[in-house]
Amino acid sequence: MTTEKNYRNDAYAKVSGRAAYADDVNFAGALHMVPVYADFVAATNLQIDCADALRSPGCVRVLTAADVPGSCTYGQIEQDYPILVRDTIRSWGDVVALVLADTREQALAAAALVKVTATPQKPLLTIEEAMDPYARVIPSYGNSNIVVHHAMRHGNPDPEFAGCELVLEEDFETQTIEQAYMEPESAISVPRHDGVIEIYGSMQHPFSTRRFTAAFLGEPLSNFEVYTIAVGGGFGGKDDTAACVCARTALAARLLRRPVKMTYTREWSIRESYKRHPYKLHYKVGFSSEGQIMAVQAKILADSGAYLSVSPWVTWRSTAQCCGAYSVENVHADVYAVATNNVFTGAMRGFGSPQVNFAIEQLMDMAAVQLGIHPLGIRRMNMVKQGSRTVTGQLLDNHTVSLEEVMNKVVHEIGYRKKFEQCSRGKSEGDTLYGIGLAISYRGSSLGAEGMDFCTSIINGQYDGSILVESGIHENGQGSESVMLLVLAEELGVNLKRLRYRRGSTSNIPDSGTTVATRGTIMGSSSVLIAARKFKELLAGHLAERLRCKPEDVRFHDDKIWGLSFDYSLTWEEAMKELFLQRVTPYAFGTFQAPDVSWDDTTGQGNAYFTYVYSCQAVELEIDKKTGKIKLLNIVAGHDIGKAINRAMVLGQMHGGIAQGVGMALMEEILRPEGRISTLNFDAYKIPRTTDLPEISGIIVENHDPNSLTGAKGIGEPALELIAPAIANAVFNASGKRFRSMPIKINPEDLE
Amino acid sequence: MNKLQLNGREIEVQDSDLSMTLLRFLRERHFLYGVKNGCEQGLCGSCTIVVDGKAMRSCKFPVQKAVGKSLITIEGMEYPDGRVHPIQQAFMDAGAIQCGFCTPGMVLAAYVLLLENPQPTREQIRKALRGNLCRCTGYQHIIDAVELAAKIMHDQGLPVQAGCLQGQSA
Ligand code: FES
Ligand code: FES
Repeated sequence: MTTEKNYRNDAYAKVSGRAAYADDVNFAGALHMVPVYADFVAATNLQIDCADALRSPGCVRVLTAADVPGSCTYGQIEQDYPILVRDTIRSWGDVVALVLADTREQALAAAALVKVTATPQKPLLTIEEAMDPYARVIPSYGNSNIVVHHAMRHGNPDPEFAGCELVLEEDFETQTIEQAYMEPESAISVPRHDGVIEIYGSMQHPFSTRRFTAAFLGEPLSNFEVYTIAVGGGFGGKDDTAACVCARTALAARLLRRPVKMTYTREWSIRESYKRHPYKLHYKVGFSSEGQIMAVQAKILADSGAYLSVSPWVTWRSTAQCCGAYSVENVHADVYAVATNNVFTGAMRGFGSPQVNFAIEQLMDMAAVQLGIHPLGIRRMNMVKQGSRTVTGQLLDNHTVSLEEVMNKVVHEIGYRKKFEQCSRGKSEGDTLYGIGLAISYRGSSLGAEGMDFCTSIINGQYDGSILVESGIHENGQGSESVMLLVLAEELGVNLKRLRYRRGSTSNIPDSGTTVATRGTIMGSSSVLIAARKFKELLAGHLAERLRCKPEDVRFHDDKIWGLSFDYSLTWEEAMKELFLQRVTPYAFGTFQAPDVSWDDTTGQGNAYFTYVYSCQAVELEIDKKTGKIKLLNIVAGHDIGKAINRAMVLGQMHGGIAQGVGMALMEEILRPEGRISTLNFDAYKIPRTTDLPEISGIIVENHDPNSLTGAKGIGEPALELIAPAIANAVFNASGKRFRSMPIKINPEDLE
Repeated sequence: MNKLQLNGREIEVQDSDLSMTLLRFLRERHFLYGVKNGCEQGLCGSCTIVVDGKAMRSCKFPVQKAVGKSLITIEGMEYPDGRVHPIQQAFMDAGAIQCGFCTPGMVLAAYVLLLENPQPTREQIRKALRGNLCRCTGYQHIIDAVELAAKIMHDQGLPVQAGCLQGQSA
């Protein structure tokens, strides 16, 4: 049965204002908690004096590291992130105490009275300072500020450069970016009669939240039940920090035996939460006279800030994708993450690829100009094709490699060829300069060799014919529950009305990893399909007799269950009742394991990802000669995502990803003079508004992917990873000037 | 006694609440959780409500100044029988909802625009929604939704008025 293509199970709740986000969840008798920061960037010998705060009206308790029964620090890879600081402050975002009071106002007033003293240290704020061999070692583990080094050794580039027609050696820089989900972090924890603490939080990963909480309280995982509720955006940014917000409320709820709520202000959210890694990239690329890339050498440095978070995984993706969408025989790359006293960096949509794409896709245009080749020609010559080997040595033969098809579609739709000829290149009659630019990318789907990749789903038939489904994938507002419902409705041939998604909790389904890396669709729906197939097999076995056919001949369509002939059919109501009469539970459990991937850490070689998404984005823009202001005129984006299960949702993800990429290219930047973030709210941290964006057209290319049971691969991250270099290329074609760092700001004097 | 109209009903305001912001007043005293707090500094538009037909940021609006005025929140947009307003329907039909945190403010900003200008151009829609940030959608489907709502209300001759007000006059 075909289904409504823009269906969302949460649309009504959200459009009517009824969807409950964490701060909308209330329990009688809850205490309010607020964090206390210390105005240090780096310091030791932390001392906290709570006496005045405790005397403040309504204040109930002040919690510090001394109250923590478990581990004060935790993390996804290294357990180094302080949920509460014990002795050493490593960044301006560190939390030193928690103040509880009857009302939020009272908690805020008391928090202002907490006195913090410490011995300041000289903050190390640049990668260069931190890499100095004599620099103080910032991390609590290991013995160096270089906390990650990934190497890729593919062929040997060194001897190749001499024979190249053109060798480009260029430096690029990308900035610190805030995810800027519209809903700041919030959590409420509630002690339950049986000793379990229930947690409702604005976080993107209930299982990660549970791990942080259990470690912090020193209790088993099963003592906490983390529920899925509406989340106001995450974009990768609601893992570690958001999990800590939950863990802190759980600690307070345990110690005070009452519900405890903590809701962040925007300022706290930006001060404390992890950001996108700023990168410094040095590339040396050799081209033949025809434009073939002969050799690449790259050294890439990422500022990981004070704590590790997922820096090893982010930089791993940068390593695996360091040559963009191109096949290159000789590549040596070294990617480092360096600890500094900046607020830490971690996961954000795009995850290590927007930075490398910003460099590579500009280098391609630079080489095209210098060699006198068309930008499309040089891309076509070098891009990965069916049967190509990637720079990690992976043979691309298990799915359709459609990069050229995608690029052609975008080029055609926007009219790139003709418009490319019309670019101003620094000269124009009027007040504006015109330019068009594009970029291409391929992106490994799901976690790849970064992590464990599997997901489970449960289908639970009810005796009246209705059906409950749940999976280990967490809804972050992107609509993953709805996608899974659509997939299930189609597989069972039932009306969507028959299906309900069961609100997830960490206590009723196995840990299925986080909703990151564009894996929600591919993993979640594949596991739903596996469960659905088992479910159908079970039903067929028990209903075949009544349908007068063999189990393998039972069919599921048109909201009924059918035998071989149309004379025999059962409604779902009849079928479910029949199963219950046979004392059989109509219940199925499905697990999807991602296909195998492999990785050799010393050479950076292997089958990095089990499949790839192919993308091209193009943009037209205008530069005002007097002000230098850039106005985007039009964006066209094409992505081969395998299959669109919900078109409106896929397009929505494209538009949103592009908007975030535009923000990165033109306006966003976390400023942190002396390690203290000064861009703490939307007046200083500017994200794109309606008037900053042009009309965006999305082209969905669908080459069903055999590696995913539904054929779909997901769109969340590819959408964001390549508009910035496309804009940089368009700015060059308009102005004749190259911008090697972001955000791109044009000084009108530079245009003369 | 201080009074104001809230979603079509007259309510009384305690003197002690007069210094609160409308954001806190509506959430904490009237449990209208559709009024969202994204920045509390008048910068994001998540807390947008309608005060005497104008879009206002409730996080910067003292209750004192609202006395005697008529307020509409997202909860007042639907009809008394629970049907959603055509603008809300259009948001659903155009796929304009992702995380939904900006949605109440967006719907109300669109409502105020359509009250003043029932058939705006896309450019006019962009200008009217400039103060409302959305991090999920890139605004494309939101603009589509407002365009669609305008068309449907025009084609079917539906009144723009918020559902709670229509219920009253009916
Ligand atoms: S919460 Fe009022 S404008 Fe952001
Ligand atoms: S839908 Fe998430 S902020 Fe607009």
